[in-house]
Amino acid sequence: MKPFRPKTPGSGRPAPQSGRTQGTAQKGAVQSKSRIVDRFDAWIAHHSTTALESLLRLVSTPLQSLMTWLVVAIAVALPAALYVAIDNIQNMGYSWQESSQISVFLHKQVTDTQAQALAKTWSERGDVVDIIYISPTAALEEFKLASGMGQIVESLDENPLPGVLLVHPSLGDNAPAALAALEQALKSEPLVADVRLDMQWVKRLHQFMVLAQRAVMALASLLALGLLLVIGNTIRMAIENRREEILVVKLVGGTDAYVRRPFLYTGLWYGFGGGLLALILLAIGLSWLAVPIAQLADLYQSEFRLQGLGFIASLQLVLAAGLVGLLGAWLAVGRHLSRIQPR
Amino acid sequence: MIRFDAVSKRYETGYEALTRVDFEVERGEMVFLTGHSGAGKSTLMKLIMLMERPSQGQVFVDGRNLNRLSAGQIPYYRRNVGVVFQNHQLLFDRSVFDNVALPLLIAGSNPAEIGRRVRAALDKVGLLDKERQNPLVLSGGEQQRVGIARAVVNKPALLLADEPTGNLDPELSAEIMNLFRQFNEVGVTIMIASHDLSLLKSMNKRVLGLSHGQVVHDGGLW
Repeated sequence: MKPFRPKTPGSGRPAPQSGRTQGTAQKGAVQSKSRIVDRFDAWIAHHSTTALESLLRLVSTPLQSLMTWLVVAIAVALPAALYVAIDNIQNMGYSWQESSQISVFLHKQVTDTQAQALAKTWSERGDVVDIIYISPTAALEEFKLASGMGQIVESLDENPLPGVLLVHPSLGDNAPAALAALEQALKSEPLVADVRLDMQWVKRLHQFMVLAQRAVMALASLLALGLLLVIGNTIRMAIENRREEILVVKLVGGTDAYVRRPFLYTGLWYGFGGGLLALILLAIGLSWLAVPIAQLADLYQSEFRLQGLGFIASLQLVLAAGLVGLLGAWLAVGRHLSRIQPR
Repeated sequence: MIRFDAVSKRYETGYEALTRVDFEVERGEMVFLTGHSGAGKSTLMKLIMLMERPSQGQVFVDGRNLNRLSAGQIPYYRRNVGVVFQNHQLLFDRSVFDNVALPLLIAGSNPAEIGRRVRAALDKVGLLDKERQNPLVLSGGEQQRVGIARAVVNKPALLLADEPTGNLDPELSAEIMNLFRQFNEVGVTIMIASHDLSLLKSMNKRVLGLSHGQVVHDGGLW
């Protein structure tokens, strides 16, 4: 069917031009011939024009639209900001966790060979990334340098320091439990005198993060529900404003999908616009906080820097906001459009 | 083209608008529907437009039993029936051209086709020079002619008009009726509801007289 359709306007359908005098039977046959291609083109065209028209309609009432966009933006930006905060705290926690190590003090009589053999067996464990052996001699050297008490150390008859294995654990999803298990395993070794691990804070941080993530999820769900209602109500008013048009469109053969389309796009634009505005609000807030946070981190000799939302996460945020807008519009349209019937 | 088969319509309020109405309109006929207000003219038209469903009986249009059309098929059915309203139902947020183009846009014609057909329809009703104007600035007669252009732009086989001259003076009414007659002459089946008896007489066409929901007259009015 497609090759028969020339580009020149009108020339594709000669029959309808004379259709009026030739009666309805022939007209119907000619119409159905190019109908499917035409309809598909028209369907695509209607989608794009409707999308554009809905957007222009929103822009033509800037103040009203901006209000809705701001409401959406605030509802989106709030959980997004909390998400960014949690993400940053988690990053901070990871960098601390990564530097965390378990100090395993060996009995004094353990030889270098024994210690190295132990290190080798442990390094094959799955939950151990790396093991460094510090022999008593090396420890003494380090102590001499670090403490500045070289002379006193020189005067000692024997080395008081034990050998130490510095175990670098691998931290998975369930860090506290894994660490506790590892600690137990290391302790049970007969050559080991003592195991030191300050893991209370690891447990607490982990638990706090789990809690905070759930709180943000709950807040985000509540706000999404609120957004559905706000956008649904806005669309409801838009439907009321265009009641006349809807009636006429239905009378001249507009399908429900045709009538629905502009409102669904309006909802989508409210969502997208609000999502974009939320990103801008977030960026402003982050840039406002970035400098003092960097200065604070410097005071702690930390490399920590505030991380914003990544590109993918930003995209997801805008898409999610758009989807919520679409869904809100869908709910409103489903409830109110069917009530408008020509009488 | 139109066949009513023992059609009754009782509204939910209990009011019976039509009682066992039987009649048939041939393809290419031009028929007037008359009767006092409340006689059932509008209800009859609404049954043909599927704005209402009959309580009893069957309505056939172009050989199709309307009772068998599902809600999803109604839009496609309506594209083959042109309607003109007393209050013309134009949209004042767009130009005359866009008003007339609406049925074609909905049906999914291509832009070139739309432009050609809209201008042909506007030319037919003598408003080609006003296509860019807003219908709000047009006179009552002109607005009604835009409504007629919109009703015929899709080249429907059937054209319905509910009191199309209700708000117009006799001279404009005659003009509008002339337009309908021209469409009828090229094969369009036309049904016009009107209570303007002198106009009906001057048109000299078949008249269906309704009274209290029943057909009480069928034939000429002379």
